[in-house]
Amino acid sequence: MFENLSGKFQDVLKKLRGHGRITEGNVEGALNEVRLALLEADVNYKVVKEFVAAVREKALGAEVLASLSPDQHFVKIVHDEMTRMMGSTAQELNLARKPPVPVMLVGLQGSGKTTTCGKLALQLQKMKRRPYLVPADVYRPAAIEQLKVLGRQLEIPVFDSRSDADPVAICREAIRYAELNGYDTVLLDTAGRLHIDAPLMEELARIKAATDPGDILLVADAMTGQDAVNVAKAFHEKLHLTGVVLTKMDGDARGGAALSIRAVTGAPVKFVGTGEKAEALEPFHPDRMASRILGMGDILTFVEKAQEQVDEKQAKELERKLRKAEFTLEDFRDQLLRLRKMGSMEEILGMIPGLGGKMKELKGAAPDEAELKKVVAIIDSMTAQERRNAKVLNGSRRKRIAAGSGTTVQDVNRLMKNFQQAEEMIKRMSKGGKRGMGRNLPFFR
Amino acid sequence: MTEPGDAPRGAFFSRLKAGLSKTRELLFMNVGAIARGIGPVDAGVLSDLEEALILADAGAELSHEYVESLRAAWRRGELPDVDSLRARLRAMVVETLAPRMVPLRISPPYPFVVLVVGVNGVGKTTTIGKVAGWLRSEGHTVLVAAADTFRAAAIEQLAVWAERAGADIVRHKVGADSSAVAFDAVRAAEARGTHVVLVDTAGRLHTKSHLMEEVRKVVRVLGKEMPGAPHEVLLVLDATGGRNAIAQAKTFQEFTGVTGLALTKLDGTAKGGVVLSVTREVGAPIRFIGVGEKAEDLRPFDAQAFAEALF
Repeated sequence: MFENLSGKFQDVLKKLRGHGRITEGNVEGALNEVRLALLEADVNYKVVKEFVAAVREKALGAEVLASLSPDQHFVKIVHDEMTRMMGSTAQELNLARKPPVPVMLVGLQGSGKTTTCGKLALQLQKMKRRPYLVPADVYRPAAIEQLKVLGRQLEIPVFDSRSDADPVAICREAIRYAELNGYDTVLLDTAGRLHIDAPLMEELARIKAATDPGDILLVADAMTGQDAVNVAKAFHEKLHLTGVVLTKMDGDARGGAALSIRAVTGAPVKFVGTGEKAEALEPFHPDRMASRILGMGDILTFVEKAQEQVDEKQAKELERKLRKAEFTLEDFRDQLLRLRKMGSMEEILGMIPGLGGKMKELKGAAPDEAELKKVVAIIDSMTAQERRNAKVLNGSRRKRIAAGSGTTVQDVNRLMKNFQQAEEMIKRMSKGGKRGMGRNLPFFR
Repeated sequence: MTEPGDAPRGAFFSRLKAGLSKTRELLFMNVGAIARGIGPVDAGVLSDLEEALILADAGAELSHEYVESLRAAWRRGELPDVDSLRARLRAMVVETLAPRMVPLRISPPYPFVVLVVGVNGVGKTTTIGKVAGWLRSEGHTVLVAAADTFRAAAIEQLAVWAERAGADIVRHKVGADSSAVAFDAVRAAEARGTHVVLVDTAGRLHTKSHLMEEVRKVVRVLGKEMPGAPHEVLLVLDATGGRNAIAQAKTFQEFTGVTGLALTKLDGTAKGGVVLSVTREVGAPIRFIGVGEKAEDLRPFDAQAFAEALF
């Protein structure tokens, strides 16, 4: 979907390029493309209207910067304006007060409250806080059990809620219990509900009154459509939200709801959910979200993830090995494992600008999860000698390795070919003497 | 045989209408003239209508298309007032959706196997619970397969629904192979002479190719155990969702061969206008709509009622 829009967008921008400056005559086409792109990204119609008006005004009034062509300048204005509307900086939870600090999670059914609860608790634990999980959804079958299971998996304590109890009483009691037991952050997982369900909305107001939460987070699905404004508005009016968690960002929805919700509530997005694993919760970066909504990719997150996985020491060691051409299959495997830690191949590729919408065509070109697993299995089935010196791998050794790793000799051969290519590439690079290349080793194929 | 919700038909319409009246309010928030159904049509009314369609998640492109066709008719003098404009638009919606009004028919050879798929949080398990209840009330025997072995407590959730509906359940441990659960369920149904197997799968984003391969495998395994199975692949879509539903439908279509759609959460203020686009991409009919959390809140899709309640 976006490939088209992006293509069209590029065409319109080309038209801007030939002009000395942005004028009313040449900007309308570009603005209309922005409008369509945002509507297709599920940004609310009225928000789009305001946004386009703001961009038009800035574009026409602005002097083109000497360093930028008019089309670049236009993109910058669009991107800056969107970043500004989304709040400019990442925001954290309001935890600086006397513990225990209650944090309330609210939202529609199926937006991902319970999963988010588990993820948040894990993050809080990493921040050296002592989180406590409270299941307050007494309506959906097995909702309490779901949070209890998550708590067991993450080794985070869960309040023993009963499904025949009153949610307000559950929350009040859980906080008292947390206080007695030294838990400093209490995550209240409320039931999913429709924003027009008056009795249930009233219940949330009562939980708020009873617990005085430091944060009230609206958990919203990144795939939400035009209705996001109605939902956010209703929850905000009833509860005064302090923040938003945008879930299921690992899909290909562009997440225009983020802009809509921010526009109607003013509440900042504090976190985004980016996968099914408990670690897959990230701080929100307005500038990156702006790029995503506009379809510009998310290269910053990609770089950051890569840096997280490769520490300085490892990088230096690798670089030394490369210089001496000591790169072995063992290093090759470590590189692959590190790459995998960054997320699934799909997630990684999705962050690269311009590739976002083209995952399908890329599927053949990138090594998939199953293949990475195979490669690691093959290398693990080698002897230490074979790993250090791939040249000894004759036919019978390859046969043995294939049997040991549950693969075929063809798989082993293909890996060896890929490894040789990587080796050669590395040799060429180290001759060039580029520094710091350990950071961005090419992966195989 | 009756359709789901046949008995309380009056209740169904009033409920759908109550749910959708919110839609109508919002749809015509800025369209006072249309809401009152009087007055002449002018360019302003048409552009307000386009806005209303976009706000209903019908998409910028499709909304533009509809409105341009209305504009042409208006220029030809066919739409003298707002009433006729509204009737024309309603007719256009019905025309698009009426061919998709094909209810799910359970027929031998038994077991009739229904595989339920969709992204996370659209309401697959709840829909299965409701479908099971409906089938039981029709006198069918039902077995549900807890093939969502991934999400915490998904099995327990389904078990509660199965008990409510009076359906059997086949379950494995958490983390088990979902194909194996589906396989065992069909085996069990064959042995017991059960009419219908409803297979609940884990929510998966359509962008995760390994998870899509997994559900493709479920389809394959079902077909191997019983030729012709799954007899229905029901894709559940959330009316609150926006344009992404199109990508979801296309990808699930590619991997699992979708034969029916269920549109859930129509009892809120979301309009579900995206189905107009989805049915363009995917040929499958809309089997059910969900208008609440109770067992009886499952309805057959009715294009006329849908359009009438909408405008």
